[in-house]
Amino acid sequence: DQVLHIVPETFQQVQHLQLLCSTLLLDLWKPLLPEDIRTEEDLHIRVPAPLVQEVKNSLDRHMISYRVLIPNVQELVDQSMSRERSSYRQVQEGYVYTEYHPMEEIYQWMTQIQNNNSELVTLHFLGKTFENRTMYYLKISQPSNKPKKIIWMDCGIHAREWISPAFCQWFVKEILQNYKSDTKISRFLQNLDLYVLPVLNIDGYIYSWEKERLWRKNRSPYMNGTCYGTDLNRNFNSSWGSVGVSFNCSSDLFCGSGPESEPETSAVAQFIERKKNDILCYLTIHSYGQLILTPYGSTTKPPSNNEELIQVANKAAVALKGKYGTSYKVGSTSSILYNNSGSSRDWAHMIGIPLSYTFELRDTGTHGFVLPSDQIQPTCEETM
Amino acid sequence: DIDDVGHKYYLELELEDVLDKESTVNCAAEVLYHLGSKNIAPDVQFTLERELKSTEEADNMFYSQIRSLEKELVAQNIPDSHGHVPPELEPIRRLAWAASGYVIWQNSTESTHFHLAQIKHVKQVKRTDAFLQFDYVVLLHEMVSQ
Repeated sequence: DQVLHIVPETFQQVQHLQLLCSTLLLDLWKPLLPEDIRTEEDLHIRVPAPLVQEVKNSLDRHMISYRVLIPNVQELVDQSMSRERSSYRQVQEGYVYTEYHPMEEIYQWMTQIQNNNSELVTLHFLGKTFENRTMYYLKISQPSNKPKKIIWMDCGIHAREWISPAFCQWFVKEILQNYKSDTKISRFLQNLDLYVLPVLNIDGYIYSWEKERLWRKNRSPYMNGTCYGTDLNRNFNSSWGSVGVSFNCSSDLFCGSGPESEPETSAVAQFIERKKNDILCYLTIHSYGQLILTPYGSTTKPPSNNEELIQVANKAAVALKGKYGTSYKVGSTSSILYNNSGSSRDWAHMIGIPLSYTFELRDTGTHGFVLPSDQIQPTCEETM
Repeated sequence: DIDDVGHKYYLELELEDVLDKESTVNCAAEVLYHLGSKNIAPDVQFTLERELKSTEEADNMFYSQIRSLEKELVAQNIPDSHGHVPPELEPIRRLAWAASGYVIWQNSTESTHFHLAQIKHVKQVKRTDAFLQFDYVVLLHEMVSQ
């Protein structure tokens, strides 16, 4: 079945189209009734497959130009059905990955994931937040007698960037659902361990759910409790406090009282420092902007392996675009965005992790931080 | 660079009709950021390859909808935390986008990159004449604070 788009030019054409629709009992999508067909107005007709050629011939004979709006209606229907079916399956399994989840549910999810996939996944303590909540990371590792290198990914360092933790959860699900059947993933896991921290800034995330949707920082108090929050992505020990920060607690860019002054920062930093010789790649997921950012933000001097960093990032951007056409720009933070110091990505590279990237997911400002949940699936699929 | 004046940018862009995604218009623009002073809005000149489609039908529908309300419209958090906007509030959001566009223009410099993050609050102001008036509190995000 095809849907044709026609804009009738003359009254004669209108009459012919009305006749065609009534005689062949064609399904009018726009307008609803043949008597509402007008010149200069859009006409959308669904033509059943067996009649497509006949209708097109008739239009040609009467010099009525048309455009095929939908070349295969069934295909479109199937596509939308399969998405529904797969989200139904997800509900069956108890977790809807196409919705945003509050921290409570993410904690439960992490436990579930470990329980349901104990041959591959272990849950580990990383540290505590300022408000004393436990930070956990998931280790996805195929048992083997050879030592493996590590890929680390953290999400949710900035509270309001909800699509970021949503992506970490999606990522874990994808790996676990497909590692047996997908050769790329199984090969991956033969040589690499994946460490995923679904929400780094837990206190901030909860605050953005309960109090202020656009909160960015953590929730540690300063100035005698008159002012809250350090920007955790300015708090790492990478040229800390030098550029693109504020020393004023009320600023969204407040870098804290010193490098790693925040418990969340030091929990991550201590762990990564310990494991740094085995970490191949550090990924930190943010939104928005549709960017793959390489070091550095604190200086325009390029990192020693800049060519490799850019090359790999370009490949990623191309692959991402191949899915839904979404464009990502690639480059260093200092050249594409602005200067900033104390970022986790800069720090990771400075201590020796060769491939270190910040991802800024969808979109480019139309929705910004408040990305509608119906974009979770396409965003996550393309980012995978 | 224009000495003693500022930086001028020549842009070619494509505008997409929010009401009809398939409809686009090419646009050529010149933007001049003035040197030094942060308080002057950039000069903007632009030409469109053709006239924009009339929004009269949508405007009239919105107008009658609001006029037919029993009480003045009040709403907050558009979109909501999950990014959703109830369909009947879409025109309110578009109005905010347009109005924010003006505020953003007046406050733009070469290092800002403003976007409308969220409408915190909107309140219709009662009037005795036939005009509609809305008071908005909007949150504008300046890209620098990523």
